[in-house]
Amino acid sequence: MTLFWDLFKAFLVGGAICALVQIIIDKTALTPARILVCLVTLGVILGAVGIYKPFIDFAGCGASTPLTGFGYTLAAGVKKAVDEKGLIGAFTGGLTGSAGGITAAVFFGYFFALIFRSKPRD
Amino acid sequence: MSLKILKSPPSVIGYAAVVGRREHEGPLSDDFDLHDMTEKFGTDTWEKAESEMQRLAMNLAMAKAKINGGDLDAIFAGDLMNQCVGSSYGAECFGRPFFGLYGACSTFAEGSILSSLLIGNGTFSKCGVIASSHFCTAERQFRYPLEYGGQRAPTAQRTATAAGAFVLAEKGEGPFVREVLPGTIVDMGITDINNMGAAMAPAAYDTLKKYFEETGKAPDDFDLILTGDLGKEGHAIVSDFMKSAGYNMNGVYNDCGLMLYNAQIQDMHAGGSGCGCSASVIAGHIMKRFEKGYIHDILYVATGALMSPASIQQGRSIPGIAHLVRICDSRSKE
Amino acid sequence: MKITKQTYKKYVKMRAPSSPLGKDMAWAFLTGGLICAFAEVLYHFYLYLKIEEDTVKILVPITLVFLASLATGIGIFDDLAKIAGAGTLVPITGFSNAVIAPPLDDKSEGLVMGVGAKMFTIAGPVIVYGTISSVIYGVIYWLVGVIT
Repeated sequence: MTLFWDLFKAFLVGGAICALVQIIIDKTALTPARILVCLVTLGVILGAVGIYKPFIDFAGCGASTPLTGFGYTLAAGVKKAVDEKGLIGAFTGGLTGSAGGITAAVFFGYFFALIFRSKPRD
Repeated sequence: MSLKILKSPPSVIGYAAVVGRREHEGPLSDDFDLHDMTEKFGTDTWEKAESEMQRLAMNLAMAKAKINGGDLDAIFAGDLMNQCVGSSYGAECFGRPFFGLYGACSTFAEGSILSSLLIGNGTFSKCGVIASSHFCTAERQFRYPLEYGGQRAPTAQRTATAAGAFVLAEKGEGPFVREVLPGTIVDMGITDINNMGAAMAPAAYDTLKKYFEETGKAPDDFDLILTGDLGKEGHAIVSDFMKSAGYNMNGVYNDCGLMLYNAQIQDMHAGGSGCGCSASVIAGHIMKRFEKGYIHDILYVATGALMSPASIQQGRSIPGIAHLVRICDSRSKE
Repeated sequence: MKITKQTYKKYVKMRAPSSPLGKDMAWAFLTGGLICAFAEVLYHFYLYLKIEEDTVKILVPITLVFLASLATGIGIFDDLAKIAGAGTLVPITGFSNAVIAPPLDDKSEGLVMGVGAKMFTIAGPVIVYGTISSVIYGVIYWLVGVIT
């Protein structure tokens, strides 16, 4: 039963974040790249002030999968590294925390880009 | 006077249109000479495909005119790619004097005007005009990668995968280019790349108004007034503006961007755009209607949005232009 | 009739049809929610496989990135995104799509400047701004720690 409750929370929170961003897409002329940048930066800020952590504890993947969660990963990584190593952690922590996602995107992106070809869309 | 009346009007002796899949699936399908469902035209890149479309269109137009490449005094060609390379590679094989043009979606009219003027004053006797656009090359250059997942605004237009070609000559049976009115750049401050119809509409209005004021004619004097790819938004704005200026264009006014696709079935938002859009509609559909005798006298007003990806990112407004060409099936009738 | 740029801009804005916000939001909610719920399923599945929780936290986004790259490669991501909008853009799937889509087009320009360089034309700013803001946060966090 907790599984279904977890799924439901993830669905609800993740969907709500996407629906809110959709308002920005439809109502402003912001390009997708700018929106992604805003989301990541927002995630870092919310993570830094400690708002995002309880949010992830509640919604799980519903809060960690959106790009704000990616920003949170950066912030959490920095915090951990600074705690362990001092100031140098500010430079190593962020990308260490998000290394998995970025590396996967580059690695899979590279190989699939070699295998597949782009097609005109409708 | 902005209007230039050609004393010896050149004749369109050959014409052809080559299109991609979505254009072939559209309502004008029967009027195009050639299409390729893969939109690659036997090449391995989209850029080569666009050049190949130009080559095919010019070859077909010359075959219909029963002339060889060597008979052309010059080729005027343009496309949307950086440095106009689509045309350079497309016209390379003909080995004739070449003028590369950039007029965005107005290129086909720009080429027709220049060659008509030069034939009209006796400099050249036969000219080729080509214009093309390819959805995949334009999308890469101006918007997003092909497989990028994004949504488009309802006012956005789709770059047509199409090429059109004319052979113009001093002697011929017609239809004839009787009058031309080269447009001026009109910029009304629109910065939204997803609403190019609105950016170009003031230029079309400017050119049309000048034409009617200088000739004293009315829209009803023509079988058809055709703007080049303003799409749904631009078409409505021009109708609206012309009406307030006292010219009712209802019933005679259409737009190439609206004609190329079926708005109900194909999801093309505000309609087609790109050099190839009006080129293929004119050199395919419209010329066939002249041939069958359905239309006799038309105004073709091709519009172009003259921005670049850099100017858009710098937040500058989109300059518009509209070139007018009057095509008529007789040399002298008023 | 003389129209100024300002009045023309207003006129164009007034008459332009707007995107169907309600429908777009519903689709974004549904698809975005499903992607997040699917991520949650993966999370529980990996835990069920007795994988350590810290590893699972990295494994889930990697799996999503893999699937989004694959979907982009076979050409269905853009079709889905046209309906889903923010639903596929906001989850990490959007980031992954932004990395792979440019090199798919630009590989005709070679493996280095085509594939290698173009990977970051859209996704690059995300990494740049994410990194910069995390460093700023790290320095502030360190300073606060030193002072208190």
